[in-house]
Amino acid sequence: MGFDPEAPAFDLTAIREKLANTTGRTYWRSLEEVAETPEFRDFLEAEFPAAAESIATSLDRRQFLKLMGASLAMAGLGACTKQPLEKILPYAKQPEELVPGNPIFFATAYPLGGGAAPILVESHMGRPTKIEGNPEHPASLGATSAMTQASVLDLYDPDRSQVLLRAGEIRPWADFATAVADVMTKLGPIKGRGLRILSEPLVSPTLAAAIGKLLADLPEARWHQWEPLGRESVREGARLAFDRIVEPRYDFAKADVILSLESDFLFDGPGQVRYARDFSARRKASSPSASLNRLYVVESAPSVTGSKADHRLALRASEISGFARALAAELGINLDKPAGLAGRAGWVSAVAKDLLANKGRALVLAGPSQPADVHSLCHAINERLANAGQTVVYTMPVEESAPTPKDGLDTLAADMAGGKVSALFILGVNPVYSAAVDLEFTAALTKVPFTAHLSQQQDETSLRTLWHIPATHYLESWGDARAYDGTVTIQQPLIEPLYQGKSALEVISLLRGTSTGSDYDRVRDYWKSAVSVPDFEVFWRRSVHDGFIAGSERPALDIAVRPDFFVYLAQLPATDRDAGELEVVFRADPTIHDGRFANNGWLQETPKPWTRLTWDNAAMISPALAEKRKLSDGDVVELQVGNRKITAPVWTTPGQPEQTVTLHLGYGRTRAGHVGTGVGFSAYALRTVKNQWIASGVKMRATGVHYPLATTQTHHNMEGRELFRTADIATYAARPNFAQEPDNREMVEGHPEHEVPSMYPDWKYEGNAWGMTIDLSACIGCNACLVACQSENNIAVVGKEQVLRGREMHWIRIDRYFEGDLDNPAVYNQPIPCMQCEKAPCEVVCPVNATNHSSEGLNDMTYNRCVGTRYCANNCPYKVRRFNFYLFQDWDTESLKGQRNPDVTVRSRGVMEKCNYCVQRISSARIKSRKEDRDVRDGEVVTACQQACPSDAIVFGNINDKRSRVAATKADPRNYALLAELGTKPRTTYLAAITNPNPELVADAKATNQAAEKGGQL
Amino acid sequence: MDSAPVQSRQRPYKPPVLGRGQTFDTVTDQISSVVDRTQQPRAWWIGFGIGFVLLNLLLVCVSCLFAWGTGIWGVNNPVGWAFAIINFVWWIGIGHAGTLISAILLLLRQDWRTSINRFAEAMTLFAVACAGIFPIIHTGRPWVAYWLLPYPGTMMVWPNFRSPLVWDVFAVSTYATVSALFWFVGLIPDLATLRDRAENPIAARIYGTFALGWRGSVRHWHRYETAYLLLAGLSTPLVISVHSIVSFDFAVGVIPGWHATIFPPYFVAGAIYAGFAMVLTIAIPLRRMYDIKDYITGQHLDYMARVMLATGLMVCYGYLTEAFFALYSANLFEQYMIQNRMFGPYTSIYWLLILCNGISIQALWFERVRRSPVFLFIICMFVNVGMWLERFVIVVTSLHRDFMPSSWFMYYPTIWDIGTFVGTLGLFITLLFLFIRFLPMISMFEMRTLVPAAEVKEEH
Repeated sequence: MGFDPEAPAFDLTAIREKLANTTGRTYWRSLEEVAETPEFRDFLEAEFPAAAESIATSLDRRQFLKLMGASLAMAGLGACTKQPLEKILPYAKQPEELVPGNPIFFATAYPLGGGAAPILVESHMGRPTKIEGNPEHPASLGATSAMTQASVLDLYDPDRSQVLLRAGEIRPWADFATAVADVMTKLGPIKGRGLRILSEPLVSPTLAAAIGKLLADLPEARWHQWEPLGRESVREGARLAFDRIVEPRYDFAKADVILSLESDFLFDGPGQVRYARDFSARRKASSPSASLNRLYVVESAPSVTGSKADHRLALRASEISGFARALAAELGINLDKPAGLAGRAGWVSAVAKDLLANKGRALVLAGPSQPADVHSLCHAINERLANAGQTVVYTMPVEESAPTPKDGLDTLAADMAGGKVSALFILGVNPVYSAAVDLEFTAALTKVPFTAHLSQQQDETSLRTLWHIPATHYLESWGDARAYDGTVTIQQPLIEPLYQGKSALEVISLLRGTSTGSDYDRVRDYWKSAVSVPDFEVFWRRSVHDGFIAGSERPALDIAVRPDFFVYLAQLPATDRDAGELEVVFRADPTIHDGRFANNGWLQETPKPWTRLTWDNAAMISPALAEKRKLSDGDVVELQVGNRKITAPVWTTPGQPEQTVTLHLGYGRTRAGHVGTGVGFSAYALRTVKNQWIASGVKMRATGVHYPLATTQTHHNMEGRELFRTADIATYAARPNFAQEPDNREMVEGHPEHEVPSMYPDWKYEGNAWGMTIDLSACIGCNACLVACQSENNIAVVGKEQVLRGREMHWIRIDRYFEGDLDNPAVYNQPIPCMQCEKAPCEVVCPVNATNHSSEGLNDMTYNRCVGTRYCANNCPYKVRRFNFYLFQDWDTESLKGQRNPDVTVRSRGVMEKCNYCVQRISSARIKSRKEDRDVRDGEVVTACQQACPSDAIVFGNINDKRSRVAATKADPRNYALLAELGTKPRTTYLAAITNPNPELVADAKATNQAAEKGGQL
Repeated sequence: MDSAPVQSRQRPYKPPVLGRGQTFDTVTDQISSVVDRTQQPRAWWIGFGIGFVLLNLLLVCVSCLFAWGTGIWGVNNPVGWAFAIINFVWWIGIGHAGTLISAILLLLRQDWRTSINRFAEAMTLFAVACAGIFPIIHTGRPWVAYWLLPYPGTMMVWPNFRSPLVWDVFAVSTYATVSALFWFVGLIPDLATLRDRAENPIAARIYGTFALGWRGSVRHWHRYETAYLLLAGLSTPLVISVHSIVSFDFAVGVIPGWHATIFPPYFVAGAIYAGFAMVLTIAIPLRRMYDIKDYITGQHLDYMARVMLATGLMVCYGYLTEAFFALYSANLFEQYMIQNRMFGPYTSIYWLLILCNGISIQALWFERVRRSPVFLFIICMFVNVGMWLERFVIVVTSLHRDFMPSSWFMYYPTIWDIGTFVGTLGLFITLLFLFIRFLPMISMFEMRTLVPAAEVKEEH
């Protein structure tokens, strides 16, 4: 070991970096490994001269270990929580409203993409622990998405950037301020030429105004708004149809017939939570006479919305434009119809007929992955069908200053490469990772003399900019944000910045030379000048408290499709792409989105809709293609577009169009953190400016390599078991009790269902008897409940290796079954929490009484008592019990402790756990009701899954109270118990799913699908 | 009361179960010489060495298990039990032959049991010891496994008496206690012999201590015989009860493939089947190693093979019944369970089981096979494997696909699963070889009663 005593000073950054580039288990192994590096020895010498000497001279490993062991042990001792030696004082005056043990909720907003999620945040003694939707806010109505739920974990992410860096070295904020002042001094006289700001499309009025002022001061400076999953085509489509950029806003409550052209409106995009609520409200057929909506989905990649469709047509992405034109022609819009419609003619005409029959109550919409033409066509169709103003209204864009094509990332990259940019401030986005690959953004970045990147993590972009500024989490800073409908929320912080984070507002203020004052003042001042109210203080307090500014939504515009648009349409030739070749479509990952959640363990471990994959993306291919190319799940293929190649494992996905490969973006991060670095492959490597969403002419070649993919569900067939019960509306009308006709009647011959004989007497419930129903008509399978449960109940993340071994810990899971045609199956999503059986098989077999029946009918788990025989889990017919095979909980990472719900035990190794209907919430409601000497009110206890559910599918309450909502849903004719024939008498029951297919298409469906198989073209 | 354990009265012809020319002296000399001799044969050292190495493997596996957690095994969410429980049931099953031979065959006056009962009982104890490890180490928190015992703790929490695992605790601990007592009581006269023959004063002292002052007086013999019979009577129901209760672990569950009324008798037959296979697996090499073919004769092999054939057929009947009732029940889950066993992902295990337990023993219909040590040994190995596979089929294939197809998952053992199992084989082998070395593996005093000179002519 060539130790050089005259080696230069140690490089802590290098060590840190080396450690940061390792993941998971190897982390610890690499600690030993770094000990072998010169850097470490240098560091050691500085810190522990004696140890370094011994390692250098005698190389006495034993002594070295002894020394290190002692210091580590000391460090460990020092870390124990003890009261300080100095005299400390308890609260003399308790802060107002703060009662130890009682959480407080604050309204704020989570800015994500093109619209903020309005939320309430639960705070325990100053620690934000859980996100809930803001029930007062029209964009939430109390619900949230899975990503919003998971965003609280990002606050406590131990990999968050904590310090300001210049070229990798720690610097104080003042240094950065000086550097910025220098730059701005130079830029001032030339009106800011060369100054560029890159941000996401901003929905924050204050921040946008601040940037606007900066641009006003420096007219030559430019602001580029960009996000990898941008909605350019939506804006461009509106511009084509209306000659101006407007935002379509849908009202699914009014829509009877919906046609989605690749729009995943239930799951993706700023309005998803509200849309899901409105849509699902029209699916709950509590009686056969209910008026259900009907959903047609035409899409090239399996989506959550697609899984809810009454009729789903799997088309290649490039064919959807042709489909839209054919439909428009059928609806009487004069345009050039594409040839080769043969196979799908029946579909198009049936849909057209249905839409025409529901004029004013229909809706046609397209997703951002479809080109602008399709969007504009949708606008035209909606106008023709008199839907505009009814099911869809047009408003000003949600963004304060709508991004324009000339200020896109491509112009920025071109200017950077051309040396026209002298100072670049990147706020939040990560273009080095996610920019279109042909922009060569990384190379262009080297041409910019001054670069600064504000981000919560030291990501790929931070590594390549001169300055890295740690960003505050949204729960740490003041701000404001518009929701999908424009309603503004004042974003209030719940906690002081944990580290030296700065907000975008602070950075922009620094640029403007107005760095004095706080974000609070800036936001407040902005609104003081923006609104005219008699008493601003009242307005402010109310807005902050309520979590939104009443009446701030974007009003509907009175606009019409420009008349010459139809002329334009008629002239536009129908372009048929070569339908034979393989196509790749890019999609946001359903859990980690564009990659921003790559380091979020909750989302990484959330099973993705359709595939139930965790911890990886895959090249999703159709069963037909897999068969043709002899590929099986996990086989690695090389995908080539032009001269760019990536390798990816394939995943056979029923419902995928045959000649289409779906790639989810967001994976393959090289600097995400311990959780997300090196997970999956980056589909961005194939994504170019031109092929943002669709890349044609793809070559796929098997490599012969196999890569294990971790899925939580390996069997997709119900095997004839009546677990998910469903019927179309006609069957429902004919047999309203169809769901209660059990298939396995033989087993309980002579006993009506629920009356299977038992050795043990029935339980008696004097007071409350908790129960739950899950409406399968409403459930969209979006995973919000799953992440909410994880957040509420301190559920551990186990990692890919453990998921591969079948040890995920989710207390509520979404079972997904396929039925019917392999190429375009019906998809059934069924959330499975604990059934809380009356005659629970688990309770009988536990040898130590660790799982018991409570007086209110729950199967309680006593973790302390559990010895871990796993007998209960074996005997659970629903397989909802989860075992801590290892110490899955992170008991060591300090920052993660802050997130934990103090009302829920953090489980240890070797004990069983499972859903308990959020018993902590039941207890707190019970305590409150007893103090007030009353019964627990209906709706007072809301379980975490129920609260998060965007589609309001979960109802919970006291079934002894006959007036409760849950009692009403249990009386629904669709109500049925899972595996009732076993006599378990579950407390959780399901409401069967009712579909509303178009009778004309039902007969036609088989023929259509067969045609799809053969031709693969319209 | 008839005091002699064997031989009296007129009865049909019984083939001799002791070699010709044996006298009181030769019996005692030959049997005790194994213990007396200072140098053991090389085979002993090899056998003990293998056992000891594997025992250390067990220690490593269990240490790692305690340090890291149950996760080192292949168990997962649908398959909560696997190797540990399979091994537990397998070992407990093996343990049944000892008690059966000692107690039931004693009461039935099968004098051929005399030459095999001692080591069969020892084997039982060691098998129970191996079995007893698993219920403890398979728990997630083995350091609190004692909570399964009913003891008046300050928390006033008792075990759940509805749980078959608690019944297991009683069944297995009772069984272990009675078996140990029975074995020890049976050893007392021989311990006295060893005490008297020992040249090493320390050995004489130790044997003497455990001989409890045995002098061979008539009063001693009288009380001894009474005690032995009483213990035999006490053990007899245990042969039936222990494995019945072990089978309740499964039968009480709701899982298809577990929830079956046939389990208790089917398990007991399987246990005896496995037990005799293991007795033969040990006896056949032993009689060669120590040249004791006069004591364990071809006749013994024949008898034991017959028991195996009979119980083996019962077990096969159990397999048929399971399949029949699955079909006859018209129950979707039961039908799927059988179909999955036969043709699911673990199909090879099932058919291997049928081969081992059902087909291989058909050779035992032939006397030549029954009396051929080589053939018999091979068949016994098949049965040993087959009975292990049977438990694999019951435990793993039932659990891995039960009611909810969404939760179906495969189970694959890890090296730790295999290491722990092989490690208990090491424990078993080690204990067995120590037993052979330090205690008479055949009951000397009982063998002496088989010597022609001991025959009592009845007077009429």
